[in-house]
Amino acid sequence: MTTTTTLTPSGLKNAIEIRDLDFYYGTFKGLKSINLDIAEHKVTAFIGPSGCGKSTLLRTLNRMYSLYPGQRAEGEIRLYGQNILDAKQDLNLLRAQVGMVFQKPTPFPMSIYDNIAFGVKLYENLSRSEMDDRVEWALTKAAIWNEVKDKLGQSGLSLSGGQQQRLCIARSVAVKPKVILLDEPTSALDPISTAKVEELVNELKSDYTVAIVTHNMQQAARVSDFTAYMYLGELIEFGQTEQIFMKPARQETEDYITGRFG
Amino acid sequence: MNNAALYARRRRANLVGLTLSMSAMAIGLTALLWILFVLFSNGFAALEPSLFTQDTPAPGSEGGGLRNAIVGSLMIVGLAVLVSTPVGILAGIYLTEYGDTSKTAEFTRFVTDIMLSAPSIVLGLFVYAIAVATVGNFSGYAGSLALSLIAIPVVMRTTENMLRLVPGSLREAAFALGAPRWKVATMVTLRAARSGVITGLLLAVARISGETAPLLFTALNNQFYSTNMEAPMANLPVVIFQFAMSPYENWINLAWGGALLITLAVLALNIIARVYFRDKTQR
Repeated sequence: MTTTTTLTPSGLKNAIEIRDLDFYYGTFKGLKSINLDIAEHKVTAFIGPSGCGKSTLLRTLNRMYSLYPGQRAEGEIRLYGQNILDAKQDLNLLRAQVGMVFQKPTPFPMSIYDNIAFGVKLYENLSRSEMDDRVEWALTKAAIWNEVKDKLGQSGLSLSGGQQQRLCIARSVAVKPKVILLDEPTSALDPISTAKVEELVNELKSDYTVAIVTHNMQQAARVSDFTAYMYLGELIEFGQTEQIFMKPARQETEDYITGRFG
Repeated sequence: MNNAALYARRRRANLVGLTLSMSAMAIGLTALLWILFVLFSNGFAALEPSLFTQDTPAPGSEGGGLRNAIVGSLMIVGLAVLVSTPVGILAGIYLTEYGDTSKTAEFTRFVTDIMLSAPSIVLGLFVYAIAVATVGNFSGYAGSLALSLIAIPVVMRTTENMLRLVPGSLREAAFALGAPRWKVATMVTLRAARSGVITGLLLAVARISGETAPLLFTALNNQFYSTNMEAPMANLPVVIFQFAMSPYENWINLAWGGALLITLAVLALNIIARVYFRDKTQR
């Protein structure tokens, strides 16, 4: 297949710059020379059929793959200029800057309050009242404060699926990362919860850079500023969401978006 | 073959299978109920206040109780639990969260399997060799050590199994916040597996509270009330063993009482473990 050219969105600052990124699951090559920029304070969506590598790509951005022996990445991923694939990169510090929300809600087995405080306590030493403020701030950001403010002591597991997912977003927001990665954040949620999370993504981008993987093309069209279409580990097309959906440059992209993908 | 014949054949096969499995269950249940019945009919009479207030009687004397043996058992088992809980849980955490598929972890699992199936008398003999023969006297500490060696692999294995049941996504979510491995292990994974780990602990307690062989070589027995763990100590299993084979009627009665007491304690622990586990998993 043809190699892709880097499309740098004009006039925007890049939060993340990916250069010649290859990714291996053992001997299987999961990503093939990816070049891509993620613009600061914008939402970048990754779409493509199952197994195309979009989740893999997302998991390189906070080096989640490093938990598993046998998985490795080659190339460069620069987060505000610093190459995070460097062997000297402190993974815990990186992950404090690049938060992640997963497909299934993953509240910790502790109270709602402690779910938020857990991440904050790792890197900040706040007084009780400062922590109270931070918890309220994060829960408000994730548009769930009004629903949980009277039961902060209850287990995070007692919430509904949609609330749990917003709790997880609040948990990521609470540590004030620079980038938030969302890995199919609504695929386990009902339509109403999905709408709430999408609305939330829209608001988050004023403070954070957001990268979202989604199976739902309408969702990508609704929430993102930039869209990357991936197929079989390659980046096929990347550009402004409007352009990708209205007049894609490549036939493969058009086939996928219009549902003619075979 | 038509459908009716096929259906009839399946019904017959079902009947045979059902009969076989029901009778197997009946055999097992009969044995269990029989044991419980004999225990209750013989031991119930011994369950009176003096059992808890008086010490084991001297040969030929009347009455008596099991106070020294109950206290001794509680102390020996208690210390064994205090030792084996942290060791077993930390080792379980190592196996799932740190070692995983490494050579060291594989070797540890292999050794744990051997320890789990090792006859308890072998462990007792081992402790006799290192902690009794060298010191020169039997002691409560040696008894606790022997029981710990039995409990540690049980706690370790249940902890490992319970931690494995925690979904990987929960670990990833904690790592994604920038949490170091030890915090993920203790604050998130262990917490998520908490009820299962506690169940494992209770089952380990139940297991060691009835062990006799390792205590014969180590804590031995003591006719008198003693809380000195450096000296031989009375304990229920060994008292039962000695009294049950004695010619004195009151001794035999006390042995039945002690046996019933241990059974009830173990039964209570099992029920607590099950109820606790069910409550947590349904939530």
